[in-house]
Amino acid sequence: MTSSSGYISSTPALEPNPTAGPVLEVEDLHVEFRTRNGVVNAVNGISYSVDQGETLAILGESGSGKSVSAQAIMGILDSPPAVIAGGGINFQGRDILKMNEEEQRQIRGPGIAMIFQDALSALNPVYSVGFQIGEMFRAHRGTSRKEAKQHAIELMDRVRIPAAARRVNDYPHQFSGGMRQRVMIAMALALDPRILIADEPTTALDVTVQAQVMDLLKDLQRDTGMGLILITHDLGVVNEVADRVAVMYAGRIVETGTVDDVFTRPAMPYTVGLMNSIPQVEAKGGRLQPIIGQPPNLARIPSGCPFHPRCPMARTGAAAAPDRDCVADLPPLRVVTVGREAACHYSEELLNG
Amino acid sequence: MAEPRPSGASVPASTQTARGAMGEALLEIVDLQKLFPLTQGIVFRKTVGHVRAVDGVNLTLHRGETVGLVGESGCGKSTVAKLLVALEKPTGGTIRYKGEDVAKMGGRALKRYRREVQIIFQDPYGSLNPRMTVGDIVAEGWSVHADVAPRKGRLQRTQELLERVGLNPDYVNRYPHQFSGGQRQRIGIARALAMQPEVIVCDEPVSALDVSVQAQVVNLLEDLQDDFGMSYLFIAHDLSVVRHLSDRIAVMYLGSVVEEGTEAQVYGSPSHPYTQALLSSVPLHEPALRGQKDRILLQGDVPSPADPPSGCRFRTRCWKAQDICATEPPALIDRGQGHPAACHFAEAREVVPVEVAE
Repeated sequence: MTSSSGYISSTPALEPNPTAGPVLEVEDLHVEFRTRNGVVNAVNGISYSVDQGETLAILGESGSGKSVSAQAIMGILDSPPAVIAGGGINFQGRDILKMNEEEQRQIRGPGIAMIFQDALSALNPVYSVGFQIGEMFRAHRGTSRKEAKQHAIELMDRVRIPAAARRVNDYPHQFSGGMRQRVMIAMALALDPRILIADEPTTALDVTVQAQVMDLLKDLQRDTGMGLILITHDLGVVNEVADRVAVMYAGRIVETGTVDDVFTRPAMPYTVGLMNSIPQVEAKGGRLQPIIGQPPNLARIPSGCPFHPRCPMARTGAAAAPDRDCVADLPPLRVVTVGREAACHYSEELLNG
Repeated sequence: MAEPRPSGASVPASTQTARGAMGEALLEIVDLQKLFPLTQGIVFRKTVGHVRAVDGVNLTLHRGETVGLVGESGCGKSTVAKLLVALEKPTGGTIRYKGEDVAKMGGRALKRYRREVQIIFQDPYGSLNPRMTVGDIVAEGWSVHADVAPRKGRLQRTQELLERVGLNPDYVNRYPHQFSGGQRQRIGIARALAMQPEVIVCDEPVSALDVSVQAQVVNLLEDLQDDFGMSYLFIAHDLSVVRHLSDRIAVMYLGSVVEEGTEAQVYGSPSHPYTQALLSSVPLHEPALRGQKDRILLQGDVPSPADPPSGCRFRTRCWKAQDICATEPPALIDRGQGHPAACHFAEAREVVPVEVAE
C-alpha cells in the first residue's frame, strides 16, 4: 500500500511543492500548425499561472486556442503539424519544454493530468476500466497488476461510482456518460496530480449529471489541493466553479481577472458581447444581442486587434487615439485596474461607463 | 417587413389566408407512443421487449406559438420530432394536424402535411449533403412540391431565401464545407423555409453552435416567426434557450411529459420534482446569484427506457417517492399549483432565483 500513500494521505498538498509560487506557469506560449495551406496561428503568446488549490477557467469559443494551449501543456499536440513556436511552460519552477522526452514523461505523468470532453472516445474500448485506471500505477510506479486493480477500485469509489468492486472489470461501453466521465476523472487522479486540466468536462453531459460531475471535481480539488484548469465555453459553469477566468479570442488571452469582476464589469468588448449573447434561465429577458460576424480564421487573423471586425467600439483613423487604432495597433494585455488585465485600447471607457 | 418570399402564386389560398388567426390548435398530439422492438435471433427474430422511447405524450401546438420541449438525452424528445415529421410511424396514439389524423392521411394530404411541417436538425454538419451546392439543397424540396415555387425564378427565390436567413445570395453555388457551423444552420433553416411551412420542428438547432453564433440563430428564428407566423416546436436541452424562445414549455422524462405550462409557470413555480432538479442544476452566470439557489442533486442515472420503473418513472431518483408512486402512474393534471404536473405530490417551489434588480 505504500505506493498509494500519495493520493490517500490527507496533506499531500505541500510536499511536492516546497516553494509557495504558482504550480504551473505558462509564459508567452506560441503554438502554430504548419499546414500545406499556410501557417495557422492557434495560440499567440498566452501567459497564465495556476496556484495550488485554485481554479482557473479558460473561456473561449471553438477555435480560440483554448484546447490547443492545454494540449501543449500536456505534450499531446499532434506534431507535425503542430509546433510549439515559442514560450515556456514552468511546472513547479522547471521549464518542461527544455527537458528531453523521458524527463517530460516523468514530470507530466504524476504531476499534470487531463480529462477530456468525450469520455467514450478517450477511453480504450477493448480494455476494462479497471485495467485502464490501473495502468497509471503500473506505468509510473511499477505496481503489480493485482495491486493496480485494487487501487483502481479505491479510485472508482473515490469518484463515487457505485459498486466499484463489481464494476472494475466492466468495459467503457457498459457505463453511462456521467459514469464514464467519472472513470476518466479517476484515471486522472490516480497519481495525485498537482494540476488537473479539464477540457470541457461536462459539455457532453446533461445538466443534472453536469452538476454531479462539477460537484465531484470541486470536492476532489478541496481534498487534494490540486490546481484546476477548466476549459469551457459555458459561462454558467465558469461562474459557479472558477476563481479566476481568462477569456481567449483568436489565440490570445483578451481578459483576465476574478470571475466576479469579469462577469459583473467586463473590460473587453468581446466579453461584453458574450454576456449579452446568452439567454438567462432566471428571466425571460428581451432580445439577445449577438456579436456580429464569425470568429476569425486563425490562418488569417485580422490586423490590429483581432476582434475589431466584430467590435461595436472599434475605432480607426481619426476617431482613434494615437497608437490606439484598433485596425492597426494590436492592444497588449495590460493591467486595467487592480488584479485585472484586458487587451483593449479602450477598456477604461468600458469600465467607467 | 416586406415579405421576401414571392409567395403564393400557386399555393392554395386557404393556407395563406389562414395565417394571422392566432391561437387555433394546429398540431394536437394525443397519447403518442413509440416503441422500438428489441429482437433476438438472426433467422427467427423474436421480439424480447420494447424500448419505450415515447410513451404517452400529449401536446398541443397553436398557430404562431412556440412550444419548448426540454429533457435530458434519452428522454425521447428527438423521437417526438421524428414522429411529427413522419420520419417514424407511431405505434400508438394520434397526431392530429388541423383536425385531421396524420396516420390516416394518404397521398395528397400526407404530401401536404410533409410540406407544411418542416424540421431543422441539430447537426449542421451531418444534415447537409456535402455533394450538393447550397442552392440545390435549398431548392431540393421543390422537385417534389413543385407547386410551392414556379419552375421559373427558382434560382432567384433561392437567393432571396439565403438573403433572408442572413447569407450572401452569391453563395448559392458553394458547397456546405465552405461554410461555418452557424452558416450551415442558416442553410438548414432556409431549406425548411423554402417549403413555406406552417410548423417547424427545431430539433436542438443551436446546441452545436458557439454562444455568439447561437444568439444570432436564435434571433433569426424569432424574426422569421414574426414575419411568417409559423409555429415552432423547439426541442432542446438548454433550459435558458428554451425559456428565451418559448411561450409554453413541456418537460419530458423517460418518454413522457412530466410538467407543462407557460414559460413563467414552469420556470417560476416548477411543481414536478424532476423539473425542480433540472432547473436547480442549471449554472447561473450572474456572480450575484451564485449560491443563492438550493441545488437539488439527483442520485444515479436515468433508468433504461427498455425497462422503465413501474408507476411513476421518476420515483427511482425522487426524494419524495412513497409507496403510491411505485404502483400508480401519476396523471398529468393540475393539483392546485396552476399548471399540470405528473406527480402525486406536486407542489410549486421556486428554485431559480429571481433576477436582482439592476
